[in-house]
Amino acid sequence: MHSTVIYIIIMILTTNFIRILPLTLIRGQIKNRFIQSFLYYVPYVTLSVMTFPAIIEASGSAFAGTLALILGIAAAWFGLGLFPVAVICCVTVFVTQMIGIWL
Amino acid sequence: MDKKTLIYKGLRDGLPIGLGYYAVAFSLGIIAEKANIAAWLGFLSSFFTRASAGEYGGYTVILADSGYYEMILMCLITNLRYLLMNTALSQRFSPQTGMVHRLLVGSCCTDEIFGIAIAEIGYVQPLYIYTAAILSGIMWGMGTMSGIVAGSVLPTNVVAALSVALYGMFLAIVIPVAKRDKAVAIAIIVSFAASYIASNLPVIGEMSSGIRIIILTVIISAAAAIIKPVEFDKEEK
Repeated sequence: MHSTVIYIIIMILTTNFIRILPLTLIRGQIKNRFIQSFLYYVPYVTLSVMTFPAIIEASGSAFAGTLALILGIAAAWFGLGLFPVAVICCVTVFVTQMIGIWL
Repeated sequence: MDKKTLIYKGLRDGLPIGLGYYAVAFSLGIIAEKANIAAWLGFLSSFFTRASAGEYGGYTVILADSGYYEMILMCLITNLRYLLMNTALSQRFSPQTGMVHRLLVGSCCTDEIFGIAIAEIGYVQPLYIYTAAILSGIMWGMGTMSGIVAGSVLPTNVVAALSVALYGMFLAIVIPVAKRDKAVAIAIIVSFAASYIASNLPVIGEMSSGIRIIILTVIISAAAAIIKPVEFDKEEK
């Protein structure tokens, strides 16, 4: 069993370390094309890996989760922002579970 | 600009950013509650990090009770993009701005704070950035706290529904980019598939989800960077 407080201290230190690194050690622009491209892809890849399959497992109902994923992607595709997409996903899970109970 | 104007501008721009943060942080709080993080700790972790993917990753590590080294790796990988942002930001300081201010402004950086800092014409004004970052950071912390409290008092079916909110937000971030950049779209599909396969494989599936996120992020992003290097124009966007 690890200490939550220590975890969070590490989290705060590491996150801020990476933020201030370019202002201390690395001076000037990152010119390497591979590194630039790598850094460009990282956020999208990491968010995708975090989202799937977690979104399906999170609510405890794989069916509701899958439906939330599909509707969430559709909503984002049609240009809805963070908050509306999140609401659509939540409502989808909630309603699907309700229907599941009634059936 | 005098101090009053900078603080006023910081509050004016920090408030709308903070409102958006509140919703994201609330969803993060729902996850943090699953990892048994106390509300005050949730507030502190959020106020001092303000990193949605990073915090989600961090809470996953806590939930899995993985080693401390995994927390370090997770925070490094999920926040890597700040290297790029702050390298760009470092070019925008006045030569008169001292090291302490540079470092403090650097640690204020989030996607949104970076956005307003870069949008400014001329040098970065530390006081403006501090005001906006502190206001929006407090709202981020409050959001996480509210999420944790909501997660522990609301009925189970409501919490179950709220637990997909953060993933919905992540989708809202990646999908619009996928729409205009085919390489990102393919990277997302590969990420989904690889993540699914990895979580069901015998050996890899038993590794903590934190390590899986780290390994997959590095491998897929590196592969994408090799297969489809990005064309960067001279102008830093």
